[in-house]
This record gives sequence, C-alpha cells and structure tokens, in this order.
Amino acid sequence: MASTTPRVSAGARSLPELVRNSSQTQRALFALIALSIYNAFATTNFLTFATLRVNLTQVATIVIVGVGMTYVIGSAGIDLSVGALMAISGALAPKIFDSQRALLSNEWIGIPLAIVIPILVAGAFGYFNGYLITKFKIQPIIATLVLFLGGRGIAKALSDGNLVEFNKPHFDYLGTGRPFGIPVQVIVMIVIAIVAAWGLRSTTFGRYVLAIGGNERAAELAGVPVTRVKRQIYVLSGLLAGVAGLIVVAINTSSDPYQVGQDMELDAIAAVAVGGTPFTGGRATIAGTVIGAFFIHQVRYTLISHGVPDGTTRMVIAGAILIAVLLQRPKAGWR
Amino acid sequence: MSRVQGPVIDLHWTLDTGLLTCGIASLKAGKLTEPSPTPPSAPETLLEMRDIVKVFPGVVALDHARLTVLKGEVHAIVGQNGAGKSTLTKILNGAYRRDGGTIVFEGREVDFSTPHQAQVGGISTIFQEINLVPFRSVAENIFMGREPRRFGLIDWPRMNREAREILTRSGIELDVKQPLLNLNVALQQMVAIARAVSFGSKLVIMDEPTSSLDEREVETLFDAIRQLKSTGVSVIYISHRLDELHQVGDTITIMRDGQTIEETSLADISKLEIVAKMLGKNIGELRSEGTTGFSERKTDIETPPFYVASHVEAKPVLNDASIELRKGEILGLSGLLGSGRTELARVLFGADKPENGSLSLDGVPSPIASPRDAIRQGIGYCSEDRKAEGIIPEMSVRENLTLAALPTLTKNGIIDPKEQAKIVDRFVELLSIKTSDVEQPISQLSGGNQQKVLLARWLCLEPRLLLLDEPTRGIDVGAKAEIHHLIESLADEGMSVLMITSEIEEIVEGSNRVTVLRDGRTVAEFDRAQIDQDVIIAAMAEGHDPFPSTVEE
Amino acid sequence: MEAGELRQDAVDPSATAYSRIAGAWLRGQGVLIALILVFLFGVWRYGETFTSSFNLWTLAKNNTYFALIALGMTFVIMTGGIDLSVGAVVALSAVTAARLSPHGLWVALAAAIGIGLLVGVINGGIIAVFKVQPFIVTLALLLGARGAALNLSHNASVSVDYATNYKDLWKTEIGPVPLPVVIVVVAYLLGSIMLNLTRFGRHILAIGGNEEAARLAGLPINRTLFFVYLLSGGLAGLAGALLAAQGNTGSPIAAVGWELTAIAAVVVGGTLLTGGRGSVWTTLVGVLLLGLIFNELNFERGKGIFDLTQYWEEVIRGLFLLIVIILQARLTNTARVTRTM
Repeated sequence: MASTTPRVSAGARSLPELVRNSSQTQRALFALIALSIYNAFATTNFLTFATLRVNLTQVATIVIVGVGMTYVIGSAGIDLSVGALMAISGALAPKIFDSQRALLSNEWIGIPLAIVIPILVAGAFGYFNGYLITKFKIQPIIATLVLFLGGRGIAKALSDGNLVEFNKPHFDYLGTGRPFGIPVQVIVMIVIAIVAAWGLRSTTFGRYVLAIGGNERAAELAGVPVTRVKRQIYVLSGLLAGVAGLIVVAINTSSDPYQVGQDMELDAIAAVAVGGTPFTGGRATIAGTVIGAFFIHQVRYTLISHGVPDGTTRMVIAGAILIAVLLQRPKAGWR
Repeated sequence: MSRVQGPVIDLHWTLDTGLLTCGIASLKAGKLTEPSPTPPSAPETLLEMRDIVKVFPGVVALDHARLTVLKGEVHAIVGQNGAGKSTLTKILNGAYRRDGGTIVFEGREVDFSTPHQAQVGGISTIFQEINLVPFRSVAENIFMGREPRRFGLIDWPRMNREAREILTRSGIELDVKQPLLNLNVALQQMVAIARAVSFGSKLVIMDEPTSSLDEREVETLFDAIRQLKSTGVSVIYISHRLDELHQVGDTITIMRDGQTIEETSLADISKLEIVAKMLGKNIGELRSEGTTGFSERKTDIETPPFYVASHVEAKPVLNDASIELRKGEILGLSGLLGSGRTELARVLFGADKPENGSLSLDGVPSPIASPRDAIRQGIGYCSEDRKAEGIIPEMSVRENLTLAALPTLTKNGIIDPKEQAKIVDRFVELLSIKTSDVEQPISQLSGGNQQKVLLARWLCLEPRLLLLDEPTRGIDVGAKAEIHHLIESLADEGMSVLMITSEIEEIVEGSNRVTVLRDGRTVAEFDRAQIDQDVIIAAMAEGHDPFPSTVEE
Repeated sequence: MEAGELRQDAVDPSATAYSRIAGAWLRGQGVLIALILVFLFGVWRYGETFTSSFNLWTLAKNNTYFALIALGMTFVIMTGGIDLSVGAVVALSAVTAARLSPHGLWVALAAAIGIGLLVGVINGGIIAVFKVQPFIVTLALLLGARGAALNLSHNASVSVDYATNYKDLWKTEIGPVPLPVVIVVVAYLLGSIMLNLTRFGRHILAIGGNEEAARLAGLPINRTLFFVYLLSGGLAGLAGALLAAQGNTGSPIAAVGWELTAIAAVVVGGTLLTGGRGSVWTTLVGVLLLGLIFNELNFERGKGIFDLTQYWEEVIRGLFLLIVIILQARLTNTARVTRTM
C-alpha cells in the first residue's frame, strides 16, 4: 500500500524521481496526501468537519501509543505489550469508579483516581518490561512477549471476561468531551505528540534514548545511565498505553477486555515504521510516527467506508505493514 | 533433505589405515588429492601468496604482501594492529576478496569465495571467537554440515565413533556426546582443530588462539599443534604473545603497514628484533628527532600521584598491573597488543571491574564503579575503537560533542541550546574541527575530525585526567600533530593524560613518564631521563630487563 | 552426561555446576517430574473422577491442537525465531475446513493444512529471503490470517456439514485411542526423527545455536528457515482441522492467544527461546503439564473451594513463561560467560 499509492499518483504527477529520492517520512506524507486526495473525490462526506473529527478521534490512540513506541524503537528496542497494557488500564478504570467503597464512590475522588491509577499501573508494567530487559539481559522482543501474551489475561481476569458498561459522564468526557469543538483525546494527542517531539530533541532523556539506540557501548562510556534510561523508556511506553486504554473505554462507555487495544502493538509498530523511524535505533521522528499513524488509519477508513469487509481490511493493513517493514529494511541482514 | 551447497562432497572413510583418508570429489575436479599420511622429508612449499593487494575504502590494507608456508611447519605471523595480518588470512580463507595478487596452494592457483569453500579445499580457520555451536555435541560440531548418513538418516553411532577416533589421534580423550558448552575454551579449540583434521585440511589458520587460555591450556593447545605438524599439516599461527612463538613456531612473517617486512626462521631472530621490526625501528639506531608534534621540552613532573591503581587483576588479560598518575603529566603506557593496555584503561575508567587489586583516587579507595562515577570524578576516556565505542554514528557533531556534558547543560533535564551551541562553537574552533555544519552526522567526518570531536566531548567537561587509547590511530599526519600539540597544552594547563599508543615515537617524545605492560603485568617504569626507544622496546619484548644486553649482532 | 567429569577440572566449577543443574532441569527431567507430581496430586485429591479414562482421554484430546502448534513452534524457536501467527492460522484453517466439509473429510483436511502451509510460505519466504525479524512478519500475518478467516466465514461461525464424514476426524477411535491423539503421537514421532536423525533437524539446531558457525560450515540457512516456518504453518493448519471437527464449527475468532499456549509449552519443556537447544518430547510434556494443571484447576472449581475464573489461565501461562524466561536468561548468560571468558 505504502508503495502502490504513491505510484498511482506519481503517474499522474510524473514525480517518480521525487519519490525515489525522498526519505521514508516524506514518502509516508506523500502517500497520506495522495490517499486524502483520492478520498476527497471518491469517498462521500470525506471533506466534512464531522468526518475529520471522527477520523481524528480514532487516530488519537494510535498516535499516543505510537509516540511511546517511537522512543522504544529509537532505543533499538520493541514493545509488544502495549495492546495488553491498554486492556489492563481500560479494565481497571471501571473497577475504581464503580467501586462501592466509601471514598471511591465519591465522584470527585473516584474519577481522578480512576484516571491516575490505571495509567500508573500500566507504567508499572512498563517498568517490569524494562526491568526484565536490563536486569536479566533478555531481548526486548521476548521480555515484552510475556505481557503481550499474558497481559490481556490480566485484563480479562480483572473484569471476569465481561464487557463492563458504565455511565460516568465525567469519565466519559475523556472520550466524548469537546471543548471548543475539539475532541478531548485529540487535544491529548496533540499535547503528547508535541511534548514528545520536543522532549526527543531538547531533553537529556531524549538524546540519551537515541544515543543508546545508536551505539549502546559508546553511550555507556560517555556516561549515559543506560540501565536507568532503558527502564524509563518502557515506563513511558506503558504510561502512554495506559492513557490510550482509558480513551478507548471512555469513547465506548464500556470496557471489553477482548477488544481494548486489540492489535494496537501492530498499528503502533506500523505507524513508527511507516513514519521513517528505523528498527535499528539511533534515529526517531515523532512527526513521522504521527504521519504514519494517520496513514494506517486512513487506509483502514478508506477501505471500510467503501464497504470492504473487515477481514479484507485487516489483510490489506497486514500487507501495508509488511511493505513498510521491507522498505525500512537496512541493507545488512539483522535477525 | 539438505545438501551442502557448492562443491559436492563425497566422503569415503577408510579407517583401517589408522589415518583418516578423505577423498573429496570437488566440482572443480582434482582440486584435492588424498593427504599423504607421512610428513614429507624435504620441505615443500604448500602455500604461496604473492603481491596480495587489498583496498578498503580510504585505506590500503595490504600493499603487495607475501606469505610462503612450507609443508608441515608452524608459521607465525606477527604485526601491530592494522599491519594486515588478519586481512591476509581472511583473503586466504575466502572471507575477503583480494584486489590483486596470486595464491598458489598445493601447486595450483586457488581462489576461494567463502571460508566453507576454503575448508573443503583444505584450508581451515580456527577463529578467535570459536565458531562452533555451543549446545550441540562434540561429535556434531566436528561433522556439522556433512553428518554421516544411513538410509537418509543420520548415523549417530558412526558419527560418534569417528569423532572419537579423530580426537584420539590428536591425543584427546573426551566424551563426544557431551555438548561443546561443557568444555573449556582450550578443549573447544581442540574440537575445532579436530573438525579441521576431519576435513583433511593441509593448512590450519589459528588467529590468536591463546588469547583466552591459561598457561596449562596453552600447553594442551601446543601439544595439539605439534601433533598436527607431525602428520604433515601446516599451521599459520597469528599471535601477539611473543614468548609462544619460539615455543611452537618454525618460521615467522613480520608485517607492518600492509607489507611483509621479514620472512625468516624463528631460530634466527630474537624477540627484541621481532618487536623492533614490528614497530619499524632498528635497535641501536639514532632516534630521528621531531617526528611527532610533541615539543622537546619534557621534564620530570614532581607532583605526588593522585590516582593509583595497584596490583590490578582482571582475567584473562590483566594479571598484576600497577600504575600511578600525577597532576599535569603525560604518562605513556606502552606494551604490545594484548599486553593489557586497553583493559587497564577500562578498569581505571570504571568500565570493567577488577577481580583483585585496588584503585584509589585522592587517597580514597575504590571510588569508581562505573563510567558515570569516573566522569563525576573528572576522568574522561577515549576508546581505541572509535567506531564501536566512541561515536554515535547517526548523531550530529553537536550531539556527539556534548553527549557527556549533557547533565551540565541542562536544567531539570531540559537542554539549554544556547549554552550547548556556545560550547560546540568554542571547541570546533579551538580544535579546528573541520565540518561543514555542526549538524552534520559525525559518521561523515574524517577519522581525525571524529577523534577531535571525541576529545572535545571530554575537554568541555574540563577533566583532570584524560585516558587516551590510541588517540592518533587511523588519522592523517596533519591531524596527528594537532592532537599532539593539544595533549601537550592540556598537560601544561595541569591536566593529567594517560596516553596509550603503539607508536613508539609518541611514547618517547610525548611522555613525561612511561609505564610498560607485558602480559598484563607492569614490568617497567621510566622517568623522563630514562626514556629511550631501545630500552622501552626491550621492556615490551622481554619484560624486566631494561638494559639492552640481549641486543647483539 | 557422566563423562563430562573427565575434564571437569578444567572448567570453572561454580559456573558449570550451575549451568549443569539448570540445564538438566530445563532439558526435561524437571518438567517430567513436575508432570508426574501434578498427576499424583490429582490422583490423591480428586480420585476416581480424575483417573477415569473419560477424564484422561478428554484431557488428551483437548490438548491435541495445542500439541500440534507447540510442535511447530518448537522448531521455530530452536532456530531462534518465533511464530506469532499460529493462533490466527488455526482459526483460518478451522473456517476453511468447515466451509469445505460438505466435500468430505479428505478435501477439507487437505485444504485446512494447505492454507496453513500457505501462511507458512509467506512467513518463511519473507523471513528467509528478506531477513526481516520473525516477530514482525508473523505479527503481521497474525492480523492477515485473522482477516482472511473473517472474510472466508463472512464474519460468523461456519457449521461443519453433518452429512459428511468430517466429524470422524475427532470421533474415530483406534482401539481405545482417539484418532487425534494418534495423529499427535505420529506427528511427534516424525518430528523427533526429523530433529534427531536428519540433517535438516540438526541444521535447525545449529542455526539457532550459532548462525555464524552454521554459515561458515556452509549450511543452507535460508532453506532451513523457510521450511521451519512452513512446517509451523502446516501443523497449525492441521490443528485448525481438529478444532473444527471437535466443535463442529469453524469460528474466525477462535484460538485467540493460542500462540501463548504454544510458546509457554515449548519453553516450559526446556527449549531455549534464544534458539539452539531443545527437544520435541519435552514440548509434549510441557503441553501435558499445562493441560493437567488447568484440568485440576477445573476440579478445584468444581469443589468450590476457591474460585479462580478461567481468565486466570492466561495469566498463569504468562507467569510460567516469565519464570522460564528468567531461568533461561540466567542459564544463557552463564553459558556465555563460560564460553567467552
């Protein structure tokens, strides 16, 4: 998808050279614009404010999780557990605000706690990932596999495998609120993306992340606290997954441990890869990830709005991910 | 199910002769004949490499190098880092393609394109990092890729039996069914050698085989090498441990700067001469002065030592290394490759932990447990391996330069870009770092400029001690002189510098004091007045005897 | 093993003792002992109902599909890779089998295995030819295969045709032994022969143990990797066929998270996640151990003594995985030290 789309437009605009010489991020942006132009003509109601708003709401969680994943991949790691952490965070929130215990039943205490605690718990699970990776020197793929596979079980166990519906307008505001007509989660997304992009460039932490991804031994010898920074990276990824989990359940006003964050690790990894952050680490672009997330989402939106069945949509996305990964592939083999 | 790619191998094992005969019908017919079971009486040339040229981007690694190996001899190759010995053997075993020259092996011109092809053709390599599969059994490792089969299935009894026989012939008794992992490094090497033997190799290349062995294990290995020799197999033996060469070697090839400097019998050359030739120096020759950028006004520094390391032990390299550093001095740390120079510097920097011995800084014992600690105490370290341990290739000059200084450039974790730019500009100018833009990725800079950025990484922290490991390696002459001047002016300002270098001129002209390491031990220390090229070379080669009484001829 | 002590003196005693004990444990004696203990616990606590041939054969039958995907996963993990797509492949092939069940057992079975092989071809092809990390390829195929299953089933469960002999796949018994159990035993027998007695099998272990050494020895690395993923896909296809026959239905949302069960069984069985070491039979023991534990949890639930919902199963599997991964990491880290130092 990532490559066919520009080719279609390239024929019309005769810009093959440009495509060939551009960076992965530029290619992704180009593909996104081409897809948008296509949608503007071919998809009814695409150019309406309502559609834009819907799309923005839906893409927000991919961007939020993708931002964390960008840091992780920038440090030459990977985090497969984000989807499961979203489910845990989403399952935990109703546990807290629906609790009948004296203090929590008070909305002014219960709701803030129902937001803060799930995020912190997800962050704690992120720390657990980072601990496994740094303490036992386990590869990130294997270390995060534990929660990728077992974490959703925790979410199911928390909610007994049931879809939990709730009605807490103050909590739902996270997913449905619209200050100044802008959905809350879009504001959250924008703030997180901007802070993350700034943080990557302008904080010690951000530079340490890339230094570790670029050359871990050199970073260690230059005094970078490698162990601490790595743990912080996975904590960050966990925290952001926690935020995304809350947004999803707030939109649905229900928490389904099977569905919350399903396939999110793929969407996030795909957004990062499509956006131009290499898996080998050392370089990372938040803007690219945002573009990648919008692209992945719009591919899905386009297919669904044209009545393509859900199954086919998934297959196309899977193909798009593989193509993006193949384009990202460094010259030398790495396994 | 799966056949070895390339030449088709057909193995006939005849065990009644007592010696393994293995006929290999190569696709390139007649490349190999049966190995003769007895060593030849007259020395016959087995291998001749002539005019070998290899060019890497920007470097001529081999410049018409040559190598001649006779049948049944152990042929040592020595040389400094970058002399070309590894490149030469890699061209021989097919790991690299050569850019020129000819290789004649067993009277035929050969050209192997992979190490596997070379192995099938009779040249096996025992790599420094043993390239066997740790979890698989000894027998499997010996027969990997050509396991004997019966009715299409692996014939385990035969494989184990034949593996045992091959090992027995090398004088080794061990359970061939146990995983390789259970064996110590020396025995793993035996297995690698047995694998080479089972291929019917005529030539075995060993690259630093003893670097991680203790003395007893070295003996076992030498026995195996002698055993190989007695069956007519030749060995190319690359080592930096000069003592070993005379024990096990017959002839020696000395390389320097990609060229073959000397090819001679080991009986005719002393260790001292070997070292002198490796360094490109003649013993007793008057030193040509002013070949470096260092000035000639070195004096003794009389300040008391502030950083003392005593009797440091860190296996397998460091045995008993001691060193002390004084304020404002340039201490030259000298020693051959593998003498433990780098390892000692890493211990001083907290990058490696010593098993024994003590460090004390300003009289406080063992204050340094990590590079971060060292940096906090005002110590910087430039690794000899710029690429693997110095630069962060994807990052810009600016970021590489300020990486270690980030904590001092930040408020609440946020980098102050103005402060950062100020420092970067200052050091780019001060060290005249040539870069089109400080935002340029460091990997695009020349080696000399990369090195200057890495020096600046530490200098901007104003350290009191800088550990420089081969600071001028792979750098052009102009940049070298600049770095020499810089080191000197830093010392004048009161910084203490530990300079590790293989270039004897730098040691002689640049140091206020010299410490010499050999086999992980501190063997000599010289004050300014005692510093003399011949004396230092003697200490590097022979150990304690600082007076060149062994120099004859 | 005993003869190792010949040269014991030459190796750092503490490191070897540790790696040998841990190694022995991981190599399967431990897991076999655990299996026996858990079984005896069941006999002691639940008595007749537990040891009844009905319970035991049901237990065995209900673990046959796990056993099959775990077998494929064993080979994949031995090469140092991972196949996250197996659960989705099971669903896809179950749907395929159900759709084609009107054409009879053989057609449906062949198609189910065939579609599994097809996914294996894509996985193996991309991993072997393009050298992309296995986790990302198989993760994408997890999504893709699930999508294909949804398409093929039109987003609903597909019933198996009762008129044909498809359900025989599950119901047939050979003597007292149910056919699925026979299939699993045969598959493990063949797998064991392949691993121990063919070059392909030894090359799997060599590649996982030290890919560089395998390359230097001229082993066909790409081909071996390709066939390993192909095999995993085919076995997942067979597992899907069994699943469809068991439930008389092919559901596109079945078998979610089964890759966890497979991976957990493989590592509990002692196969190193970093590759190079493992065994086929201990994987089967691992499958049985996990199956037995959950069987006994069911009995506990029946006794009503404590109420651990079935959703904890996944968590418990995850914990198993975690513990074994940490044990393995310590083992391999120790091994690395003894090897290079």
